Amino acid sequence: MRQLALLGLVFAALFFVPFVVTSEAWQNTILMTLYAALLGQAWNILGGYGGQFSFGHAAFFGTGAYTVAVLQVQLGVNPWIGLVAGGLMAVAVAAFIGFTTFRYGLRGSYFALVTLAFAEVLRILANTVPFTGAGVGILIPLDQSAANLQFASKASYYWLVWAIALAAFLTVWWIGHSRFGARLMAVRDNEDAARALGVDPFAVKMRAIMLSGLFSGLAGVFYAQYFLYLDPAIAYGPAISVESLLVPIVGGMGTLFGPLLGAVALHGVSEASRALIGDLPGISLVLYGTILILMVLFAPRGLAGLVRRLSARRNSRETTNV
Amino acid sequence: MPDLAIIVPSVLNGLTTGALYALVALGLTLIYGVLHIINFAHGALLMVGLYAVYFLHSSFGIDPYVSLLIVPPAMFALGYALQRGIIGRASHGRDENILLVTLGLSIVIENLALFVFRSDTRSVDTPYSFEVVEILGAFLPLPKVIAFAGALVTAALLWLLMSRTDLGRAIRALAKERKGAKLVGIDVDHVFAMSFGLGIACLGVAACLLLPSYYVTPQVGHGFVLIAFTIVVLGGMGSFVGALVGGLIIGVVEALGGLFLGESLGQIGIFLIFILVLVFRPTGLLGHKV
Repeated sequence: MRQLALLGLVFAALFFVPFVVTSEAWQNTILMTLYAALLGQAWNILGGYGGQFSFGHAAFFGTGAYTVAVLQVQLGVNPWIGLVAGGLMAVAVAAFIGFTTFRYGLRGSYFALVTLAFAEVLRILANTVPFTGAGVGILIPLDQSAANLQFASKASYYWLVWAIALAAFLTVWWIGHSRFGARLMAVRDNEDAARALGVDPFAVKMRAIMLSGLFSGLAGVFYAQYFLYLDPAIAYGPAISVESLLVPIVGGMGTLFGPLLGAVALHGVSEASRALIGDLPGISLVLYGTILILMVLFAPRGLAGLVRRLSARRNSRETTNV
Repeated sequence: MPDLAIIVPSVLNGLTTGALYALVALGLTLIYGVLHIINFAHGALLMVGLYAVYFLHSSFGIDPYVSLLIVPPAMFALGYALQRGIIGRASHGRDENILLVTLGLSIVIENLALFVFRSDTRSVDTPYSFEVVEILGAFLPLPKVIAFAGALVTAALLWLLMSRTDLGRAIRALAKERKGAKLVGIDVDHVFAMSFGLGIACLGVAACLLLPSYYVTPQVGHGFVLIAFTIVVLGGMGSFVGALVGGLIIGVVEALGGLFLGESLGQIGIFLIFILVLVFRPTGLLGHKV
């Protein structure tokens, strides 16, 4: 309950950010940070709590983004419906990937490989078929109105991503406190032991990948509506997959607040580097890759793990003093 | 139905490409067989090899085939150092950490290359680049025929190394039983690094054989590495013969797919194989072997 109260407090505070921060540039930075936390939290459900490391979360993200864009541009469907459809399409892709891989007990390297390959197949498909606009990409016509899920103010976009992120964080809180979550973590820690105790690893992992895909897909819908432009490299490219896994790894996998910590830390670093050395092609990814290596080498439990280790040390010192 | 006059050259062409794919996959499968990890930096390291061959040629006038004496040993050293210095240290006893570190390495290497070399496409110009050889009535570019032969020779040498030398025996022992190998006095860290180095040296050979008929860009590894993954899965993770046969099959499928379906959909054919193998035979065509 303490965790839920803290979560409520954090999101309540985040809700009022646009009233306090009025500069558009800063609003954009905070918005992108929350969006990164959402991407990371989606990955965290499957990777952090389920132990299944996906290297291709762009498959879900891109599907959500393309669904809302294609429905609008080609079929004239309202993007609010597209929001739901995008989430559901991402869930469908997740179910398909999960079914083909988990059925045969593929995990570890195999799973990472398969997710990467699926994202790549979807990228090539999006590059080839005409209704996605192929390599040229797809442009959503500008028509700012709430009915169109397009807003004139950054603040409204911020509250949209805030709402989706809140849903994702509440879901993860629920995972941490439910029987489903307990089964999921049991499968992560020792699949054979979990099976021996009557847990069905396939069913549990399927639910995890579908939830994970749902929130990645919704993040994709948000991206499409915010930037109003997509191409195969953006939607299905490796950058999204990398950001999705980097955020919780930096912050702390399998923890509720890890993705938020990670998103703040990563965006802090990348803003600082942009201010220091400017916006050079590839340099932000070099930075992200370096951070990934350093985190795995020196802090495999992420920032949340570091915080816990430091506070444990302080606690033990206090007890010895007493 | 196109007649044999088109199909035969296409198949032969596919075999020559497939041999190079096999060489890339051989390195991947060697590393997987011993360390039980997939090296996600494989494509990026192939790209490093290609740039090395390119600059040896453009700066020092060294022929790509002469580079065979320089680049593979250098790549071996790089692989050894990477495994001992970074990858091996990162595991903390969990394979997932190694996956993440190789992913991180690939991101860093690729984007550094993008930063330094931009996305320009570079290729070498050799006197034999456009020579052709006639085989079975088909005209094949000379560099591709040399690459085919070179890939087969490399595979044979690797097989000899694995089956006839002490190092090969140590590697196979380690692949089968990590603790047992340690108990009989095998220096685990050293042999792991040797295996990784050998896998990366294969990429060095592939780079030398590839560049005369190909090009290099910072993203060049992408296409190869996904194909190599497919081959490794197709042939059975860790299987040498599987990688070789899988490579040749994929090369032919790609060539014929390109012939019948067009360039970009031909690639889809490869991934379809990948998914079908995963669904129906996840252990690969030749099962689990080292």
